[in-house]
Amino acid sequence: MAHQPTSARRSRRLVLGAALAASALVVAACGGGGDGGDSNDPGLTEDSIKIGGHFPLTGVAAPGYSEIPLGHKAYYDFVNANGGVSGRDIEFIAKDDGYNPAKTSEVVNELVLKDEVFAIVAGLGTPTHQAVTNFLNAEGVPDLTVSSGSLLWDDPKEKPMTFGWQPDYESEGKVIGQYIAENLPDAKVGVFGQDDELGEDGTRGLEQYIADQIVSKVTYVPGNTDVGPQIAELQKSGADVVVGFNVPSYTALSQLVSMKLNYKPTWFYTNVGSDSGLVGSLLEEFSKGAIKGSSPLAGVYTTTYMPQASEPDNEWTKLWQKVWDEYGDGSPLTNYKVYGMSQAFTLVDALNRAGDDLSRESIVETFEQDGSKLSGPNYVPFRYSEDRHAGIGGLKLVQIQADGTTADKTPVLQTDVGDAEIEEFTGDVGTPPESGIPGS
Amino acid sequence: MSTDSTTKRLLDLNLTRNLLISLAVLVAGMLLLESTDRYTNTQLSSLTYYAIAAIGLTALTGLNGQISLGHGALMAVGAYTTALMLDTETPLPFPVVALVAVVVTSVVGFVVGIGAARLHGPYLAGATLALAVALPSVALYFKGTFNGEVGLTVASPRPPEWFVSFIDAVSGEFATSSKYVAYLGLMCLVVALFFALNLRRSKIGRHWRAVRDQEVAAEIAGINLGRTRVQAFVISAAYAGLAGAVMAIVVRLAAPSAFTIVLSLSVLTAAVIGGLGSITGAFIGAAVLVFLPPWVTSLSTGSGLSDTQAAQMSPLIYGIVLILVMLLAPGGVMGTLSTAWRRARLRRPNPATPTQKG
Amino acid sequence: MNGDIQKLLNILLNGLTQGIVIAAFALALVLIFRSTRIINFAQGSQAMFTTYVALTLLNRDFPYWAAFAIALAAGFLIGAVLERVVIRPLEGGMELNIVIATLGLYVAIQALAAILFGSDYQSFPSPVGVNGFQVGDTNLALTPTSIFILCTVGVVVVGLTLLFQKTQLGLTMRAAAFDGEVSRILGVKVSHLLTFGWALAGLVGAVAGILVASGQFIYPSYMETLIVFGFIAAVIGGLDSPVGAVVGGLLLGLVNSLVSGYVASGLVTLAAFVLLMVVLLLKPGGLFSSTKTRRV
Repeated sequence: MAHQPTSARRSRRLVLGAALAASALVVAACGGGGDGGDSNDPGLTEDSIKIGGHFPLTGVAAPGYSEIPLGHKAYYDFVNANGGVSGRDIEFIAKDDGYNPAKTSEVVNELVLKDEVFAIVAGLGTPTHQAVTNFLNAEGVPDLTVSSGSLLWDDPKEKPMTFGWQPDYESEGKVIGQYIAENLPDAKVGVFGQDDELGEDGTRGLEQYIADQIVSKVTYVPGNTDVGPQIAELQKSGADVVVGFNVPSYTALSQLVSMKLNYKPTWFYTNVGSDSGLVGSLLEEFSKGAIKGSSPLAGVYTTTYMPQASEPDNEWTKLWQKVWDEYGDGSPLTNYKVYGMSQAFTLVDALNRAGDDLSRESIVETFEQDGSKLSGPNYVPFRYSEDRHAGIGGLKLVQIQADGTTADKTPVLQTDVGDAEIEEFTGDVGTPPESGIPGS
Repeated sequence: MSTDSTTKRLLDLNLTRNLLISLAVLVAGMLLLESTDRYTNTQLSSLTYYAIAAIGLTALTGLNGQISLGHGALMAVGAYTTALMLDTETPLPFPVVALVAVVVTSVVGFVVGIGAARLHGPYLAGATLALAVALPSVALYFKGTFNGEVGLTVASPRPPEWFVSFIDAVSGEFATSSKYVAYLGLMCLVVALFFALNLRRSKIGRHWRAVRDQEVAAEIAGINLGRTRVQAFVISAAYAGLAGAVMAIVVRLAAPSAFTIVLSLSVLTAAVIGGLGSITGAFIGAAVLVFLPPWVTSLSTGSGLSDTQAAQMSPLIYGIVLILVMLLAPGGVMGTLSTAWRRARLRRPNPATPTQKG
Repeated sequence: MNGDIQKLLNILLNGLTQGIVIAAFALALVLIFRSTRIINFAQGSQAMFTTYVALTLLNRDFPYWAAFAIALAAGFLIGAVLERVVIRPLEGGMELNIVIATLGLYVAIQALAAILFGSDYQSFPSPVGVNGFQVGDTNLALTPTSIFILCTVGVVVVGLTLLFQKTQLGLTMRAAAFDGEVSRILGVKVSHLLTFGWALAGLVGAVAGILVASGQFIYPSYMETLIVFGFIAAVIGGLDSPVGAVVGGLLLGLVNSLVSGYVASGLVTLAAFVLLMVVLLLKPGGLFSSTKTRRV
């Protein structure tokens, strides 16, 4: 997995060089210059930075995911109201791709070629974003904090402009696997996985530690909401621990079907699937007879890599709540909005660090040079460097309590893909600055 | 002897005419590509694959009377074939790849067509709809070949030297890979158009129409109904395969989530709202698919709606447009125009024979 | 009990519940096909919309059955209005035009629901429990909710059968569907009957929408898979036969569940396609088609 740092740099230079040469030609042909600012890069003026992303705002994938850009928007509005980034206001455009790669390619063309954004941020989804990485890299457009835990974004050689954000699914699988191996060594483990890289990468990580404990692996295809047969198979296998690598709606579905089958294993869900606020409120309706006010997900294990909406006393959550109250649309704060605001925070930090010399090249350099120093609510720093473009490098395992809060089951752990060790993270877990804006 | 030569001359006349039309479209397309910005260029690239698919479907539905809700699946066959063939160290030239995609899709179309030939109206619609949702799951299941949900990344064909110097000579600009893709799409569209123009005037085209309008009479006249239907399906599948090939290089990815039922229905609506059976109509329908959504979205954000609200406006307006076109122009845009044209001519004192719409 | 047998039993029970819901939706499609010979692609969106109407009322503390009844009434009304405003003017033209118009409605209603009700997941309650029954040490994939669903579809089927076979209205509808021209000459107001057919289908669709949602989550496109499966089930059943719709739905539900449980979840749609093609190759008019097979 190790990449030659020099070649990574060279290829990025090459891309940027080609892109600059092309834009220089265009500028020369049009006879016009840039519209102010220190750099002639698109999307930058003296008083504004234009960025955009693609999200499913309509269609089957819209529930939940469509809230991520709301978090971004609210946080940028907050930053702009407090002076912006080096005097520039952030203009954020969210385009709808309906989770369809063909549409993604159309709307990203629009963002880059028509709206002329400075960078693409938080583009959501693996197949969708995969459709545009080559284009963005060929055009020299920074492609920052992709909203997907796939390993595809960590490829500085081929994709020098692309950077991941959340911990990869494989690392999550490893942490869960190690916990089960150490604490539940006699458990028979079932795997409930989404039939894509979420399930595959996660299972791979899990198997590094408990390959011999796994008694059954079932997969579901997103879109097919009937998971009855899959849960029936897990029940048959006698699994008393089930690890789910799935999206939140399938956490709710798997819980419902288990209720139906009177199947009560110990559940582990990865961070992606365990939005306890969302899933809990969905399930609450159906858990009649349970103790009132008790979370339907009580007892379920999950991982977190940053504070959640369900931790109202955390300093970061307080900041998100304050920003959302002021600049949100009045709906409750959810983990999706927290996700968006957390990404936005780190992006603002990077933009600040690039400072007055902001350009497409300098922002990418900031990510590579200052990557591990970039601030945000994440417990473990980013893995960004010249030869790595992977995001957050660790997480901790928690158990959801009856009141919906979480209790730590492991310290914050740091790990990576492949056979990298899982180690306790000993660094500081940062708190947000007084102002709520990084670097000020 | 003399009738034979007349036929031959007519044929030549038709061929020449069709060739001229195709060349005119090629030149117009090039002018359009060179006079618009890069974003519009990419939109035009998308338009080419929608138009190719819609032309194929308008032939099947308009000329032969068969309905297909599964053309998206056939496009997937073309796109995956293209993605697999381009994924080598030294890929074959795109025209060869596209040709293979067309052949492979035609074979699939042949198999489906044999089943479909026995079916009518809603039964055929049901079968093709089921195909549209079934085929992407094959890509999910055979992960080793098709890479599951993530799909196959398509390496954009690199513009060759001659193309770069050609574009430089025409516009003085640097030819990007997306420009090259737009030209490839245009070339495919022109070829598709040329065949479609000839098809409708040929014996095959006449047979198709006969089967559509007068099934029993056509059979008595010696036309093999089953064979004609399969033939129509295969040719229409070939178009879908070509459209899929172009789509693969335009989108740069072949993944199951790009070939949902929405794609199949979009192609069908493109064929119908433009005017069923009309090639110009297929162009108009494809243009609506490509230009309407971003236009509505930017209009909505311009009038102060949030990004999410603007995104929701786009399908709302699209749906309403479909309904309105059907209510106000039941023959589609071209059908209604040509009816109006005929009426206007009939009202003249010395009416000429109504010309066939093209 | 043996784990393998319990799995098989539960996969079959699961298929039965899924199938009966598909059947309910297929019934709505069949009702419209019987009277107008077209497939209403907007049926799923209409059902989704009325389910949201019910949920909105439930969130305002309406009693369950009141919300249920109002949703059904809304379905009836929406069906009638759509027939009058959109479908009526297109009658007599190309069938395909009506298909496209219903596709337009399908897209537009779904977008409208997202605007009005938001696109988030919301849970839809069931009037009865969602915990499965236990017999001895065997856990059955059968809940009070699945029994509620089975019974409701049963009531709908019996109701429709009585309507079409015992009432004057039902008999006239069948006659009009069989030969509109003759009925018209005999003084039947065929146009009213067509409107009534759409309204009735809207009502049955509303029932299906609520049944799918019961004890589940809804969002504007939650009916999407059911539209496809309902259509396939209706075609398998022969399109104009209510019994066929029920048989087709159950068959499809069982095959889907078995394939998902023993082969792969991803191959369910392929299995549905294969099932449909096998049925159509054997009987091009579907299993219970009353119209004679056309010559080929």
